[in-house]
Amino acid sequence: MTTLALQQEIQAALDTVKDPEIDAVSILDLGMFDTMELTESAGGYALRVTLLPTFLGCPALDIIKKNTIAALEQITALQTIDVVFIFDPPWTSDRITERGIEGLKSFGIAPPRVVDGSWEIDCPYCGSTFVSIENLFGPTACRSILYCKTCKNPFEAMKPVSTLM
Amino acid sequence: MTEQERTALAALLYQLADDDFLYAFRGSEWLGLAPHIEEDVASSSIAQDSMGHAAMYYQLLEELGEGKADALAHVRLAHERKNSILVERVNGPGYYMETPEYDWAYAVVRNYCYTLAKKIRIDALKNSSYAPLAVAAVKINMELYYHLLHWQTWFTQLYQATPTARQKMDAALEQVLADFGDMFDYGEHGDVIEEMRLIEGQGILLDRWYQTLTPTLVELDVTLPEMRMSSNGRNGEHSADLNDALSTLGEVYLIDQSAVW
Repeated sequence: MTTLALQQEIQAALDTVKDPEIDAVSILDLGMFDTMELTESAGGYALRVTLLPTFLGCPALDIIKKNTIAALEQITALQTIDVVFIFDPPWTSDRITERGIEGLKSFGIAPPRVVDGSWEIDCPYCGSTFVSIENLFGPTACRSILYCKTCKNPFEAMKPVSTLM
Repeated sequence: MTEQERTALAALLYQLADDDFLYAFRGSEWLGLAPHIEEDVASSSIAQDSMGHAAMYYQLLEELGEGKADALAHVRLAHERKNSILVERVNGPGYYMETPEYDWAYAVVRNYCYTLAKKIRIDALKNSSYAPLAVAAVKINMELYYHLLHWQTWFTQLYQATPTARQKMDAALEQVLADFGDMFDYGEHGDVIEEMRLIEGQGILLDRWYQTLTPTLVELDVTLPEMRMSSNGRNGEHSADLNDALSTLGEVYLIDQSAVW
């Protein structure tokens, strides 16, 4: 197998690792994947993957790490697998991909969107901008609770985080 | 790094770690008791974030060779702790499982004063000469933004509420400031901490804290009570409240220290 093919296989495996609470998005969609380092070792490869935590106190981090290792273990060419969380670069919400944005919406979570320095939130159900924040803090560290005054649905939004804060 | 410098770096990290560890614990004791359900969600979320910050600092200590992060958090005795006195204080009389008579005004004032101090320190730590600490500060700062916004809102609104609210806030402010004297103190290794440029001088940070707080106090027509130091937590001098907190916090961990979680 060429290194390129192996890298693609790793990428595909990482894409099967979903957010434990939001199965519509993978760690790639959320921009949590940072780098992979492949080194040849006798008869195979050693892999080191670095991931970026979203919020530090998030209890899902350990589960994500475990699931990532389990997904990568399916690749026989990998002899050793090392998955570590690093903090530099810091994860910011603009790392979420287009596909991630769509995945969050389909799950009923408004993706974080900052326009000209202010937080823009559209209802993930009807697209209305006529929404109110009920609580900046939601069921998990990364989410807030909102209410759509147009379609009268409560919903959640992912908090924007940026280094400019 | 000389041995003396390594000791000073560890001392600063212990102060940061123990501060957030105890602050998170006191916050978590409010779970189910906060004034309304939305506040319950918010303050427990803040406590959870803060426990994450403590875990990150304990991780840095582990990387420095101080021991396992979990053990650093749970096994160290009160006289080895370097947190400020403010964060170890009980929320009020009573025990949260029985008949707590916690004081929400005290919670708001303590959390606001502490979070503002934390913000000042985190901004300074972004320029720390110890790169892993500077990186951690950038990460923590993003979450801190929401915490400060939250406690600033409560602080301002309660001060502008009823005369009783104002009276309670004044009393709480008096109580918080009586313990605040060691907040920016770096303890016995302070000289080396500052020489190494791990963080700016304690006097500079304290001035910055006053300056940042002043506009809010002026707007609310509040006079800041005198700041005192009841004892210096940075040197391991603590109140009995800390012992109780540590025995509750470590209760499960200490049943079986070799268990895998």
